Amino acid sequence: MRIKAEHLSYVYNASSPFATHALNDISLTIEEGEFFGILGHTGSGKSTFVQHLNGLLRVPSSLKKYKPKKLKKGETPPPPTVLQVGAFDLTDKKTDFRELRSRVGMVFQYPEYQLFAETVAQDVAFGLKNFSKEKLTDEAVEKAVRAALEVVGLSYDELKDTSPFDLSGGQKRRVAIAGVIVTRPDVLVLDEPAAGLDPLGKREIMQLLHRLHEEWCKTVVIVSHDMDEIAENCTRAAVFSEGTVKFVLPPSELFRHSEELIALGLDIPLTAKLCLALEKRGVTVDCDFTTEDFIRRTLALNA
Amino acid sequence: MLKDVTFGQYYPVQSFVHRMDPRLKIVFLIAFIAAIFLAKNFYGLAACAFVFLLALAFSGVPVRKVLRSVKGILFILLFTTILNALFYNGETVYWSWWIIRITKEGLIFTAFLLVRLFLLVMCSSLLTYTTTPVALTDGIESLLTPLKWIRFPVHELALIMSIALRFIPILMDETERIMNAQKARGADFETGGLAKRVRAIVPILIPLLLSAFRCADELGDAMEARCYMGSKNRTKYKKLRFGWRDLIGFLLIAALVTGVVLMGIYLGAVI
Ligand SMILES: Nc1ncnc2c1ncn2[C@@H]1O[C@H](COP(=O)(O)OP(=O)(O)OP(=O)(O)O)[C@@H](O)[C@H]1O
Ligand SMILES: [Mg+2]
Repeated sequence: MRIKAEHLSYVYNASSPFATHALNDISLTIEEGEFFGILGHTGSGKSTFVQHLNGLLRVPSSLKKYKPKKLKKGETPPPPTVLQVGAFDLTDKKTDFRELRSRVGMVFQYPEYQLFAETVAQDVAFGLKNFSKEKLTDEAVEKAVRAALEVVGLSYDELKDTSPFDLSGGQKRRVAIAGVIVTRPDVLVLDEPAAGLDPLGKREIMQLLHRLHEEWCKTVVIVSHDMDEIAENCTRAAVFSEGTVKFVLPPSELFRHSEELIALGLDIPLTAKLCLALEKRGVTVDCDFTTEDFIRRTLALNA
Repeated sequence: MLKDVTFGQYYPVQSFVHRMDPRLKIVFLIAFIAAIFLAKNFYGLAACAFVFLLALAFSGVPVRKVLRSVKGILFILLFTTILNALFYNGETVYWSWWIIRITKEGLIFTAFLLVRLFLLVMCSSLLTYTTTPVALTDGIESLLTPLKWIRFPVHELALIMSIALRFIPILMDETERIMNAQKARGADFETGGLAKRVRAIVPILIPLLLSAFRCADELGDAMEARCYMGSKNRTKYKKLRFGWRDLIGFLLIAALVTGVVLMGIYLGAVI
């Protein structure tokens, strides 16, 4: 499913002294099949944006239809807000948001804190049972849960009767991800999927996401602070800053703007730092900023 | 849904009332409530209402906000009004049927009660709109200091209160996050019968409890790590001081209480 947002704005606590303009007129298109990254300084509106994608936050109806009487002479009406995920029009109140949520899986930050059921199998089956229109047979549930646990790298037979609270942190996160992908959504959105994990755990989660992207969900959108993660994994990335989108580029082009990124308070991948340092010494390495490519090209320089 | 909880929410502007000393604001509220109940006729109540409107005007809090605080007790208001209007044992009967008697005294009493309750709730909410929870607990702690003489753990009580207050917004945020996460997994909190809705709470309640315990654990560790020892020899970061605003407030409230008592004596009581 293609995700298309145009002129999307969002204000928290509108018309109160605490009003925060979290999104200011952003436009962004994510094509089907992408592994899309969203970057940005803390508070730049990344989470606010992704929560729109499955209707947890709604486009305020006042923005959709502009009341002509408010318009003064000579003013042009603001362009209408567009927000579409596949065939779902999210600016429309009549959209079936339940159906949408089963098509767009959302993994929040620290998803392990949403586990609640007595056993791992029950927890993973929660979403499946909620979304299915008719009552599922026990076999059907077991089959789906087994597949979901297996794809996140856990063994169904070993863990199905364990309490989710007895697992390790990394295992809990996998169970939580399994609980979201069990409905086989077309789009999987993850808010900082690797936050708080050690380097090995991070690498494993990214590998898992690649596996999911290939076999399970066509489009994957990740929000991340980790530039190396974005450089290594994403097909394209958007940079958010203060509620606006600054760049939407493939990582190989994005990190040519290293100085601007640093000015926006963002870090850059290690490879980009090395490229910058080498450039200062008069050596240009023309790589796409993945570690592999960088190493290959620097070694080639030597030869 | 969670945003409807307005009772006891600070309204962040700078105003005359905001800058008054929290201790005195609490004392003033108590004195004001006393004045409301000392008022024996409508002149007294009118004086109370006047002082309240004055305070409201100098507080910078929108009238809409203060009115909204009454919404929470609307049911109680309605209930007492109807009960009193219909069953009060008065002498001048206007209308009666079966055990229902609408009397002149009953109506006056009801009107009195309504005005009192309105003033009571709005004034209390004005205090919480203009005083941060932290300042409020500081004020309460300071006012309760005399109880230390009978070994009452005043400081600990104040600490418990301020921690509880501090954690309300955190736990509200957490609730919202967990609700969103479960909604994303198709949980439905809005439709279905009572049994279904109660069952729908479980996926929120369990993670929320766990996270409350986690918060408590972490806070305990953090306090211990900084050698928190309780009240002995602790100094305050923010020292409370009286200022000219407090003097004005004091004079006003003192005038109100005396005025109301005098009016009760010389202008006759209707209640
Ligand atoms: N529930 C909320 N109520 C009020 N304001 C909010 C809420 N959630 C976020 N905000 C505000 O909206 C802005 C954008 O927040 P958002 O969570 O989208 O940022 P983010 O890019 O995800 O940041 P981070 O990297 O820290 O997760 C921030 O200024 C934040 O304070
Ligand atoms: Mg975020």
